[in-house]
Amino acid sequence: MKLSLSKVAQGYRLGTLNNLGRKGDRTMEFPGCLLYTRTGSAPHLTHDTLQVISRVPVMTQLTLSSLAEHYEVLEEYKEGIGKFIGMPESMFYCSLHDPVNPCPAGYVTNKSVSVWGVGGRLEMTAAKFMSVQQALQPDWFQCLSDGEALCGEVFSAKRARKSVDRSLAFLDECLKLQEQSEVLRSCVMIGVIEGGDILEERLRSARETAKRPVGGFLLDGFHGDAMTKETRLQLISAVTAELPEDKPRLICGIGQPDEVLECIEAGVDLFESFFPYQVTERGCALSFSFDYQPNPEDTLLQQNGEKEEGEIGDCIDKVTTTKRVPETSFEINLKEKKYRDDFGPVVEGCSCYCCKNHSRAYVHHLLVTNELLAGVLLMIHNFQHYFGFFCAIREALRKDRLGQLKELICRQAS
Amino acid sequence: MAAPRESQSTRSPEPMAAVAASAAGPGTRAPAALALRVVAECGRSKARACELRLPHGTVATPVFMPVGTQGTMKGVTAAQLDSLGCRICLGNTYHLGMRPGPELIQKAGGLHGFMNWNQNLLTDSGGFQMVSLLALSEVTEEGVRFRSPYDGTEILLSPEKSVEIQNALGSDIMMQLDDVVSSTLTGSRVEEAMHRSIRWLDRCISANRRPDQQNLFAIIQGGLDPVLRSKCLEEMTKRDVPGFAIGGLSGGESKEQFWKMVTLSTDQLPREKPRYLMGVGYATDLVVCVALGCDMFDCVFPTRTARFGSALVPTGNLQLKKKQFAKDFQPIDEACTCPTCQRHTRAFLHALLHSNNTAALHHVTTHNIAYQVWGPLGPDFIG
Repeated sequence: MKLSLSKVAQGYRLGTLNNLGRKGDRTMEFPGCLLYTRTGSAPHLTHDTLQVISRVPVMTQLTLSSLAEHYEVLEEYKEGIGKFIGMPESMFYCSLHDPVNPCPAGYVTNKSVSVWGVGGRLEMTAAKFMSVQQALQPDWFQCLSDGEALCGEVFSAKRARKSVDRSLAFLDECLKLQEQSEVLRSCVMIGVIEGGDILEERLRSARETAKRPVGGFLLDGFHGDAMTKETRLQLISAVTAELPEDKPRLICGIGQPDEVLECIEAGVDLFESFFPYQVTERGCALSFSFDYQPNPEDTLLQQNGEKEEGEIGDCIDKVTTTKRVPETSFEINLKEKKYRDDFGPVVEGCSCYCCKNHSRAYVHHLLVTNELLAGVLLMIHNFQHYFGFFCAIREALRKDRLGQLKELICRQAS
Repeated sequence: MAAPRESQSTRSPEPMAAVAASAAGPGTRAPAALALRVVAECGRSKARACELRLPHGTVATPVFMPVGTQGTMKGVTAAQLDSLGCRICLGNTYHLGMRPGPELIQKAGGLHGFMNWNQNLLTDSGGFQMVSLLALSEVTEEGVRFRSPYDGTEILLSPEKSVEIQNALGSDIMMQLDDVVSSTLTGSRVEEAMHRSIRWLDRCISANRRPDQQNLFAIIQGGLDPVLRSKCLEEMTKRDVPGFAIGGLSGGESKEQFWKMVTLSTDQLPREKPRYLMGVGYATDLVVCVALGCDMFDCVFPTRTARFGSALVPTGNLQLKKKQFAKDFQPIDEACTCPTCQRHTRAFLHALLHSNNTAALHHVTTHNIAYQVWGPLGPDFIG
């Protein structure tokens, strides 16, 4: 793997990762995101429906939590996870946990970390963890790590220190095991930066992890509400400053457009794409604009439109649903009554399969009648919209227009 | 069953214009919206292969029509359905009439426009669903009276209302409202229902505002009584309808009785009009009923069973969620060329079916549709 930077400024980086994959002939641009999957498949999508999406990331995220329980099957299969799930052309990054389903705390010991699959809790010692990776044969994988720095709801310095110690110990143990396996030597280990909200611990974790022969870094524990935004960004910047320039930085649990941009400015390269999935699950469609260079006429129209959308009536008309994660301002809720006879596309100007072929009214009908196709169409739209956003980020960086993009996104963030 | 061979008769397949013009019927009519051309006939059975020309394209029969109840084929997109070779599928008038309602669908350009399906659509009358789904429904000469399950209001589905809704949906083939009774019922109710269905057929024909774009099919009733059924056939074939459905079967009667009524019906139905056997979809039944002279079939079974992880194969079905498939690295069916079988193993599908990723269901649905549309009635089936 070779990382080439084409631009570095104000904290952010623009570049490409070259010589990736088994044959060393693949390339990945950053900042970018990985394709989110659940049990090895994009949510709601088969190969055919995934194919209709533009700019699907070249690297797919798998989660160990969803695949570990199939370890025996994969061992017998022998040909690796890519072929097993019917995605032989993709590259894979295997994360420990699923960003959407947080696991219960309190199940990390000095010897093991637990993951939760459909069948329940699976205890991963370093040895077990590495044999599962051996059966999966991913291109990259997150090293076994202790991501808990909280004591209840608040960070604990003591617990943060332990998370760093344990993660380093796991890292060293896993590196040793990697050495002993030819199969695993061809996989890239991603070191995990822990440390809660304690600056010293974060720095220690970054420096120590950087000393090891890892191929990249995952910034863990920055998601959720336990940290303030300011603290999070300060810590991320401090961490990335300690990391070598020539290795990619991933972050987990961050998906909202405004937060993505903040993290990019703090030196993060790669993100997950679970956010469009969450939007899909609440019957919503991503609608935020990332066109920071629009037609002046359109801007005026959009501003006028924004004023109308703030009506109180909408809230009353919403079909009541139980939402686990609140809607953001980056999306529209197609269950709302006002879309019942709206025959326009989900998002005007979007060229995805859903918007080119179907109307808001149709998607609304599918949602109201609980039809499976709603999830398919929304996932197609939401993924394409999100991947388009990342493309716009890279474009903005290329043209030194990040400020404008950021302003556009922040305007839509309230 | 022996492989059918090309018709031995000297009669050549009629051109479509002739078929349309030769249809019996009084008075002047709008141009036909349907034409049937018999391409081949089996020498030993009553099986035939036809070309059915409808407003949204030609359909090769015998044909299996998947059921897309609420204007969607479950998790399969319109594009996928098209690429699986489906040229006609069903929508349910009852469900769509309730949600989102005929006015909205009409605004959307009919059901074709609403779901963006450019092939053919067949809608049922809504009668069967109401009688089977609703606890309180009452049949009178007027129609079927019931309470909406959504807001409790009283609704009357009359022949006129059913056709009105189907006109709004714009389906290529619409079904008359029939007085449906269980096939296991005996006695005067069966006879009453048969006669009423004839009267309702006439009312439906009169109510059809778009006969040049939408084909109204009659539904032969009469239960398991050959006398009643023959009487119904005699009367209904006097009416100028573009096609006939064989109704009132596949609901609890014995196989022997079922086949007897099917063959009795096809014996008395005109050759040059399509025969639609409603609700029949199990592979063995399809093969037999084609041999008995039926052209069109529908059934929710393939798509419904898919959502339980059950994949259809020539030998029956595979319950993919079962442990035995956990390490089975074959595709569902080696001989199947559907997208699922081209790319995935039973083992992967097994694992995915145990997750909450709906993609698992879509894989099996795709296969089951392909299996039904290509399989028992595939293009190689006749001649």
